[in-house]
Amino acid sequence: MAASSDRLAPFPAAEEPGAGAPDTADGDSDEGGDIFVCNSNPVAAVSRGVSQPEPPDLFSEEDEDDDEEEEEEAGANTPAKSNGVHSDDDNDLFAEAHVELSTDKPGNSDRKELSTSSSGLRPASSFTQSHAAMQPTSLEQMEDEEAKDSFDVDVAVTNPEKVGDGMNAYVAYKVSTRTSLPMFRSKAFTVRRRYSDFLGLYEKLSVKQSLQGCIIPPPPEKSVVGMTKVKVGMDDPSSVEFVERRRAALERYLQRVVCHPSLLQDPDVREFLEREELPRAVSTQTLSGAGFLKMINRASDAVNKMTIKMNESDTWFEDKFQEVENEEQQLRKLHALVDSLVNHRKELCGNTAVFAKSMAMLGNSEDNTALSRALSQLAEVEDKMEQLHQEQAASDFFIFEELLADYIRLLGAMRGCFDQRIRAWQRWQEAQGTLQKKREAEAKLLWANKPDKLQQAKDEITEWESRVTQYERDFDRVGMTVRKEVLRFEKEKAKDFKSQIIKYLEAMLQSQQRLIKFWEAFLPEAKAIA
Amino acid sequence: MMEEVKDVSPTLSVHGHNIKVTEALKDGDTLTFLVVSQKLSGTGEYHVARTYDDFEWLQQHLFSQEDVPGIQGVIFPPLPAKAQVNASAKVLKQLGFLALEEWQPYCKALEAFLRQIAAHSILSKNKAVEIFLTSSDPPGRQRIKKNIFNRLSQAVEGMRKEGHKDVDDFFQTERDHNLLLTGCTKTAAEKFLDVVLTEQKIAVACGHFSAALHLCVEPGEDPDKQAFSKACVKLSEVFDSMKKNMTSVAENNLNTLGLGLDLESRYQEAEKEMLFRRTCKLVELEAARKNAEKAKPVKKAAMEEVKKAAETEFEHICGVAKQEIAHFHGVRVELLRQSLVEWCEKQLLTAKENADQFNQHLQAFRGLA
Repeated sequence: MAASSDRLAPFPAAEEPGAGAPDTADGDSDEGGDIFVCNSNPVAAVSRGVSQPEPPDLFSEEDEDDDEEEEEEAGANTPAKSNGVHSDDDNDLFAEAHVELSTDKPGNSDRKELSTSSSGLRPASSFTQSHAAMQPTSLEQMEDEEAKDSFDVDVAVTNPEKVGDGMNAYVAYKVSTRTSLPMFRSKAFTVRRRYSDFLGLYEKLSVKQSLQGCIIPPPPEKSVVGMTKVKVGMDDPSSVEFVERRRAALERYLQRVVCHPSLLQDPDVREFLEREELPRAVSTQTLSGAGFLKMINRASDAVNKMTIKMNESDTWFEDKFQEVENEEQQLRKLHALVDSLVNHRKELCGNTAVFAKSMAMLGNSEDNTALSRALSQLAEVEDKMEQLHQEQAASDFFIFEELLADYIRLLGAMRGCFDQRIRAWQRWQEAQGTLQKKREAEAKLLWANKPDKLQQAKDEITEWESRVTQYERDFDRVGMTVRKEVLRFEKEKAKDFKSQIIKYLEAMLQSQQRLIKFWEAFLPEAKAIA
Repeated sequence: MMEEVKDVSPTLSVHGHNIKVTEALKDGDTLTFLVVSQKLSGTGEYHVARTYDDFEWLQQHLFSQEDVPGIQGVIFPPLPAKAQVNASAKVLKQLGFLALEEWQPYCKALEAFLRQIAAHSILSKNKAVEIFLTSSDPPGRQRIKKNIFNRLSQAVEGMRKEGHKDVDDFFQTERDHNLLLTGCTKTAAEKFLDVVLTEQKIAVACGHFSAALHLCVEPGEDPDKQAFSKACVKLSEVFDSMKKNMTSVAENNLNTLGLGLDLESRYQEAEKEMLFRRTCKLVELEAARKNAEKAKPVKKAAMEEVKKAAETEFEHICGVAKQEIAHFHGVRVELLRQSLVEWCEKQLLTAKENADQFNQHLQAFRGLA
């Protein structure tokens, strides 16, 4: 009975949930049920864009609270200089805005929304080892154990740099790890990885880790359009934005991987983090956008084609699955609405800039001095407002749109979780069927009196009996895992949304206060006209 | 200087500075505007209903005052283009700001028009103004004869005459400056309109998001689910505030600077028309002078007459024009000043209110379990 080796971790629709634009939302890493997190030293944001040879101060945020899910990102925005492609890249959309924002408050989800844009799920609670051997016997016990464990690995993805020229160019990222776990060769190390390396890691993990009820976090999706622009040049705003989004998504992906206790043990993960040169991953074709979609469809087809329909003794799973599907729909709708809002804000930026220019021209043509000055001031105010609008658009996008996108994928992966359980059940049932046949065969042999074949039949029966037991245990284990995952997911979702909303409100409030200052400065100019 | 107009009562019987156009009522395809003015003596008010055609009637009467010397030198308060129910895209584009908000800005524009006429030393003396403001019957609808202000013919000859060099530096400068300002102001008004329209779109988008969030409320006893639902409801309120704020911001833009730029733009056009009329008269005068010079003795006397008449008329026009221009410069600066100050004050107030709102929401969220 082959393990479903063809079954890679489920991944929701290849294109952005709801949006569908290939070069916008790069898929964020997400898990369905996996809400593991490293909550020891939160992955403080690295001073992105600042080239540091060693990352000793990469991770600066202190642990505040085990359950603080945004710890990883808390430091994400240490007053880093810039957050774009190059350290002093003036084209960095968010550089200026970043500088203006207030400094971090410990433990607060102070990802300055612009700089990090990591809005993904940051599950707070740790998780106990979930290998088949150990299984917490009750939910309470599970939760107790969760609270105690902590993981001591932090990863950051920074410094995207274009390597090479023309259509063979690619972007290399710095992957920095800091850890105190003995299984690693040193306490802090850095390697350079390209996007296909991340995809390669995902593929290896998926093949190995299926049927556990675990969700393998998927990396962001490929984007031909996005990458082509980058190959041409990394300087224009849309390329900068694309690279930044991908960088943040890759970081979240890795953070989730290393926070998963089983995945962390996987030698492929260690190799990814530690090894200087990785052999080039070749079979990443399947992981393109279309490839993912095919995978999902194949997976669900497999489930649908089951001849033995699962007899669900536990309605909990049915109900939950339905809820998950509903929620995914709602979030898709919300995502589309936020996308629309973001686009309008960007439009407003453009309009404001054009208006500012027209006022400047009017001011220049005006011969009344006071009026002329006031009009020129007005043009400047409008320019500043354009900046504000840009920041607001970024806020909307990185805080809400990416958050929603993450959760849509998480829910999709969670559905995959449920599928895995059904598949485990199926395997168990089929084994039972086979066992039954073997017993019948033995009975026939007994009756036909063929003693030489009898021993073989008995051996086979023994073998299949143990398999049946194994598969039943697997099924139970997967069920337990799924339940745990779902509960934790809900907890984290509530926390995550709340913290993101607070971050958003803080940013909006700051914007408003700056706006008030602009108006207060302009008023005397207007009154001075005579 | 201007001669005393022989006509009617020299003053209006109502206050000019607080004429109001309070409403636009839809009656099938036509829009009717309510015009309210305060009696000078006593505490009474006149309430009259006028259609756009009535406004045009008034304007035509003012245009056709041929017996008022130098009337062509007047910068006529601009009347906005015709408002229509179910207006075409082209008409809406032409009206710009005035087509928004259920014709409220349009009423303000009509109001400004009437107030400016009532305040004008020459125009307010015309009988038509009194009739327009006080007569309970609609003013007469007969088409007045085609007057010198037929814009269509101007447009045809315009290109040729517009560039005609002036004899007077003051006017040449004014013409050049006006040309520059007219273009700039029109562009600024158009671009500002784009800003306002996008702000309205953002408000709508916030409203949609707010409504959709409300649907995310999940049933169930589970505390985490309840926490999430509460967060969604609160966020829905946040975006509802944002929608209201954006709507206010757009309204403030529209009602202060938007209308100001619109009026300024139309006033610049009105000055342009006046200057053009004067230029046409100049061309006429130069032609008359030439004719008088070249005339054969038989026609000489007649040509001289024509020349003298043209000279006198031109003189009058220049005189009136100079006064109008001086007045106009003062008035427009004051108008812009008012618009800018009001704009700034309103936006400042709205921004402060919005900041308060965000603060409240923030506190509420932080307090959420």
